[in-house]
Amino acid sequence: MAIREVLGLYRDLDSAVAAADALREAGFSRNEFEVLSNAPYPEGTFGEESGIHRLFVFPLIGAACGFAAGLLITGGTQLSFPLMTGGKPLLSIPPMIIIMYEGTMLGALIFTVLGVLFESRLPWIGRALYDPRITQGYIGILVRTAPEREARAIEALRKANPEDILTEGSKAGQQPARG
Amino acid sequence: MQERHRLGEEEITRELLRPLVTTTPMMWVGFIGLGAVLAIFVFAVSWMFYWGLGVTGLQRPNMWGFMIVNFVFWIGISHAGVMISAILRLTQAEWRRPVTRAAEVMTIFSLMTAMLHPVIHTGRPWRTLYWVFPYDFWRNLWPDVRGPLVWDPSAILTYLTGSTLFLYTTMIPDMALARDRTTGWRKVLYTILALGWRGNERQWKMQTIAGFLLSGLILPVFVSVHSIVSWDFAVSLVPTWHATVFAPYFVIGAIHSGVSAVVTLMALMRWLFRFDHYIRLEHFDAIGRLLIAVGTGWLWFFLLDIFFAIYPQEPRETEIMTFRLFEWPFNVFTALIFIFGYFIPVPIWIFQRFRRNVKIMFWTSILVNVGMWAERYWLIKPGLMRKYEFTFDWNWYRPSIVEISIVLGSFALVGFLLLVFSKIFPPISVWEEKEGQHFAQQLQVGKRVVNAIVREF
Repeated sequence: MAIREVLGLYRDLDSAVAAADALREAGFSRNEFEVLSNAPYPEGTFGEESGIHRLFVFPLIGAACGFAAGLLITGGTQLSFPLMTGGKPLLSIPPMIIIMYEGTMLGALIFTVLGVLFESRLPWIGRALYDPRITQGYIGILVRTAPEREARAIEALRKANPEDILTEGSKAGQQPARG
Repeated sequence: MQERHRLGEEEITRELLRPLVTTTPMMWVGFIGLGAVLAIFVFAVSWMFYWGLGVTGLQRPNMWGFMIVNFVFWIGISHAGVMISAILRLTQAEWRRPVTRAAEVMTIFSLMTAMLHPVIHTGRPWRTLYWVFPYDFWRNLWPDVRGPLVWDPSAILTYLTGSTLFLYTTMIPDMALARDRTTGWRKVLYTILALGWRGNERQWKMQTIAGFLLSGLILPVFVSVHSIVSWDFAVSLVPTWHATVFAPYFVIGAIHSGVSAVVTLMALMRWLFRFDHYIRLEHFDAIGRLLIAVGTGWLWFFLLDIFFAIYPQEPRETEIMTFRLFEWPFNVFTALIFIFGYFIPVPIWIFQRFRRNVKIMFWTSILVNVGMWAERYWLIKPGLMRKYEFTFDWNWYRPSIVEISIVLGSFALVGFLLLVFSKIFPPISVWEEKEGQHFAQQLQVGKRVVNAIVREF
C-alpha cells in the first residue's frame, strides 16, 4: 500500500507539541509520525516514542570478534611457526592478553559505531520529506500515512499554526499548503 | 555550573560556524607562522632521510633520543582529549559542551603526530610497511607478539581508530547542519559526511546512547595505551626504566599534560574565534579544579618513581638517580619538572580568581607542558647515557639541530592541523550547545528562580 508523507514545520516548541497532540487526537498513532529537530529534546517532549533498539548487542558481538582475531594473531601465528626463543613458552599469556585486549576493544568500538549507524538508519539514501529549515531551528512533524488519511493529517497539522506544510510533490520553500 | 547565557538557535549556529566562513587576521598569522615552522620540519625530516640518521645526535648507546621523547610526549597529550570528553559525557557534566569537540580533535592530531615519530625515526620510512607487515603466509613467518614494539602499534591504532570513530559519530548532526547551509565543494563534502542525517527522535536517541557507550569503551583503551607505551621502557632492563610503577605513572602524567593542553586550546579558541559566549570563565574554573587533583596525583607518582629507584639501594639505580637529580644538565630538568610541572601552576590554581583568569590559565598550562616535556626527557635519556657491563662504547647524547627542528615542527604540525580542521568543521559541537539550551530550565525555589538542567539516565 502506498504511503504518503506530510511535513509540518513549526517555529517553536509549543506549536510542535500542539501539532503532535492534534495528530494523536485525530487518531494518528505515535508510529505514524516522527519529529525532526536540530538538537535533541528531553525524552517524552512529544509523547512516548517507541524506543526499541538492539544497539547494546553490537559492542558484544564486536568484542567477541575482536577477541577471536586477537587470539588468532597471537596464538595462531606462534603455533604455526613454533620457534622457541630463550627457553620462553611459545604461548606466553601476558603479552597475548595485551593484543587480545586491544583487539577486543577495537572490535567493540567499531561494531558500536556500525550499530549506531544501523539503528539510526544511516546512511539514508531513500527519499523522504525534509526541509533545510529544520537545521535552522524549525521543528518538523513528519506524518507517514495512507493516501486517504493525508487530508486529515494536514488538517491536524494546521491546527497548531505551522509555518509551512509540505507534501510529496511540493518542494521546500514553495509553501504549497500553507497553514 | 549555574552561569548561563540564553542564546538563540540562529545566533549559536552563526557564531559557531563563523571560523568556517571567515578567516580573521590572527588566523592568517597562525597559518603563516605555523606553516613556516612546518616547512622547516619537512626540510629537517627530508634532510635526515637523505643523509641518514647520522645527522641526528643518535649514537651508541643513545639510540633513542628527541624523537622518542617527543613521541611519548604527544601520546600523553592525546590522552586528556578523549578522557575529558568521555568522563564529562558519562557524568553528564554541563560544561563539557564547548570542550569535547576540540579535545577529541586534539587527541587525533596528537596521536597522528606521535605515530609519525617512530616511523621517521626508522630513517627509512618507505621500508616501514615491509617491517610492519611481514605477514609471510608462504613461509609462515610472523611478527613476535612477545615484543613490546608489537603491543605499541596495536594499542595506538586501536586508540586512533576509536577516537576517530568517536569524533565522527558525534559530528554527524553538525555535518547535516553544514550541508543545509553551504554550496559547492563544501556541500558535497558535508552531504557525504552527514550520511543523510535528518534529525528524527530515533537518531537523536542513538546519538545520546552512542555518547555513553563509546565513552565507556574508549576509557579503558585510553588507560591501556599509555600503560603499553610505558612498557616499551619498563620491560627492558635499563636502570630507572625497569619499574613496575611506570604504567600508572605514565597515565597520570599523560592526563596532567593533556588536560593542560586542553586549557591551552580553550584559551586559544576563545581568543582566535571569539567564542566568549561558549568557552566561559566557569569552564576554566572547573578544569582548573580538575587540574589541581590531577597535578597532585602526578606529583605523587613522580615521587613514588624516585622512591622505588632509591629504596632497594641497588647501585645502578642509585647511580642513575644521583645523575638525574644532581648532575648537569639533568639537575636543571629536575628543577624544571618540579617548578613548572607543579610548584608554580598548582598553588596558582588553588585561587578561584586565578582560575577564572584566561591569561593566567593559558600561561600556567604552557608551563605544565614545558615541565612535562622535560619530565619525558628526564625519564628516558639518563638511563641510556651510562656504561654497563655489556656496553661496548658509550657517549653523551646531544640533540642535533635536525632533531630540535623536528620537535618544534611537531608542535607546528598539531597547531596547523587544528587550524585547518576549524576551517572545515565546527570546532565546537553546535548541536550539543543547542541541546544544552533545550535542556536548560529555571526552577522556582521559594522566592528565588534558580538555573537547573534536565538530566536523563
